[in-house]
Amino acid sequence: MKSLIRKGNLLILLFVGVYGTGFSQEKTSTNFTSNIGGYTRFDIQVFPKNALYSNQHSSNISAYYQPEVELEWGKKKRHSLSFKGFLRISQYDNQSTHADIRTLYYNYYIKDWEFSFGVKKVFWGFAESNHLVDIINQYDGLEGFDIEQKLGQPMAHISKSFKWGTLDLLGLTYHRPLVFPGEEGRPRPQGVLNYKKPDYEGKHGRYRPEVALRWSNSVYINNVSLDFGLSHFYGHSRVPFFKLDQNYNPTIQYELINQSGLELQLASGASLLKFEGIRRESKRETTFGYVIGEEYTISNVKNSGVDLGLIAEYTYDQRGGEVINGFDNDLFIGARVTANDINSTELIAGYTFDLNDNTQTYLVKFNRRIGDNWKLNLTALGYTKVSSKQFLYQLRRDDFLRFSMYYYF
Amino acid sequence: MKTTFKTLTKIATTLSLGILLSAFTSDNSGKEIAKLSKESSSGWGTSSVTMTMTLTNRNGQKTIRKMHGYNMEVAQDGDKSMTIFDTPKDVKGTVSMTFSHRKSDDEQWLYLPAIQRVKRISSSNKSGPFMGSEFAFEDIGSIEIEKYTYNYIGEGEANGAKCEKVERFPTSKTSGYKRNVVYYNKDNRRIERIEFYDRKNTLLKTLVYSDYKLYDSTFWRADKLNMVNQQNGKETLLEFSDLKLGVELSEDDFSQNALKRVK
Repeated sequence: MKSLIRKGNLLILLFVGVYGTGFSQEKTSTNFTSNIGGYTRFDIQVFPKNALYSNQHSSNISAYYQPEVELEWGKKKRHSLSFKGFLRISQYDNQSTHADIRTLYYNYYIKDWEFSFGVKKVFWGFAESNHLVDIINQYDGLEGFDIEQKLGQPMAHISKSFKWGTLDLLGLTYHRPLVFPGEEGRPRPQGVLNYKKPDYEGKHGRYRPEVALRWSNSVYINNVSLDFGLSHFYGHSRVPFFKLDQNYNPTIQYELINQSGLELQLASGASLLKFEGIRRESKRETTFGYVIGEEYTISNVKNSGVDLGLIAEYTYDQRGGEVINGFDNDLFIGARVTANDINSTELIAGYTFDLNDNTQTYLVKFNRRIGDNWKLNLTALGYTKVSSKQFLYQLRRDDFLRFSMYYYF
Repeated sequence: MKTTFKTLTKIATTLSLGILLSAFTSDNSGKEIAKLSKESSSGWGTSSVTMTMTLTNRNGQKTIRKMHGYNMEVAQDGDKSMTIFDTPKDVKGTVSMTFSHRKSDDEQWLYLPAIQRVKRISSSNKSGPFMGSEFAFEDIGSIEIEKYTYNYIGEGEANGAKCEKVERFPTSKTSGYKRNVVYYNKDNRRIERIEFYDRKNTLLKTLVYSDYKLYDSTFWRADKLNMVNQQNGKETLLEFSDLKLGVELSEDDFSQNALKRVK
């Protein structure tokens, strides 16, 4: 049976590859614009270390398909409809074969007002290594612990700009639980839980209405820019809490939380100073956390056209071991080399060091366009040293090297 | 209302032209020529344009990049601009928003559609290449008089037209150039040619403006800008099309919300 499913997956994988090379189109008239595009991607992932759990594999092939449609109409193209789909077909692990609607929403704007309704992604914050304040969308845990990969969130969103900044009001519902890969998937934590059926605090379960409010602004004085955001969220936590029930079986819980966030970014010359802080309150506990850091860009190094960005960030989070990505007392050092060449060649490297327990992880990414429609990405993620106190301890042998080829259509 | 504004701008421009012209004849300094040129091309308010960039390498291989953009003049300060990348496809939908300032560093943001995030870019150093082309960031965007010191060097010829040659020296320490030599057309003040000298004072690039058209019977705009790197033989041709002046745009179209939604 399993092998049948596998064969099926490979077939669909091939189909997606072929279909994905399909068409892209752009139509424009004075009152209506439509734009169809997106990409197909093939991944080969290799795990050099022996698997920690039985049924896991030392490599995996997968295909990824992301169709995108944009429609705009009316005077000044005030109305728009955006769709971004997502489908990954994985050779192993049926959990990792998954689809999602990343965005599907209607948008209308007039003067300084903007309204949108549907499934959307909203990003808050300035830090690179850790997104503490960013609470609206759930991580896509099936995408290999990539903090930039998030699931679509249903919402109604109103935004209004004033002289003193922008106010955003969001009404959300349909909580998206954090889902990890199944038995055969990698990287994954120990045990395979029913991530899609967690316990929610309160009566309404995942349908509980949630609310978020944010005030943000950018100020420019004497060659210094200050960006800031002040936000509050009430609803179910995005980070699950693992608890043992009476029979000592682990259960997944999403608490109701009030989370306030503050974001600051000071830009001057080649430097960006960043701060993000949160206060998170649940019935169980009230905790604080912050990220503080600097990004410094050395442009056009020795007239080569290459930019070198250096990032240093420190995270403190009172939640400690509860934090899934392990950032509780961690120092991150990163570098971004941008060649600014025709092929947009880019190399990113990051190293994280836990000051509590010496846990060390690294991440290296390389990107380069090939021709007009292809892009190559190489990613290496390593868990050099992981303390048994960390959630990541369960993933400690899941270092991987991934080769990805994108085709944009 | 709009026409009144335009007439007023025209009168103001003519007046200031007159005043400056008299100053120019008495002093003949380079800065005034630059100012006159800048002022003769100011007052357009808002614009939208489509751009095609053709990059040619030493072997003659060509790469094409497409963009479109919106611009707005800001009284007493630099322009606001929004550039949307159309090709190559992997960067399609990426938007760059720049608020240029007359006397200080520009402000710049980038919207990255893949992660649906707006990022501020430190733009104090603009000497690097724009999208792998022969244009540096400092070569594109609005030219602010205050960002250079000037020296008049005499008459010359470019594109078959009689010109005034003005040397300008960037005040920014991070500029890639020691100096530029700008050729201003004697008849209509428009720029015909710029020679860029690197920090070692060697000729690095030449930029030729061509296919000038007169818009609103006031503004000369070149449809073609050809930059040739004299040191490595590479070349970039920037072509403008569908230029529209006085389009319906306001401050709200140059906000972070607009940056996220503009297509």
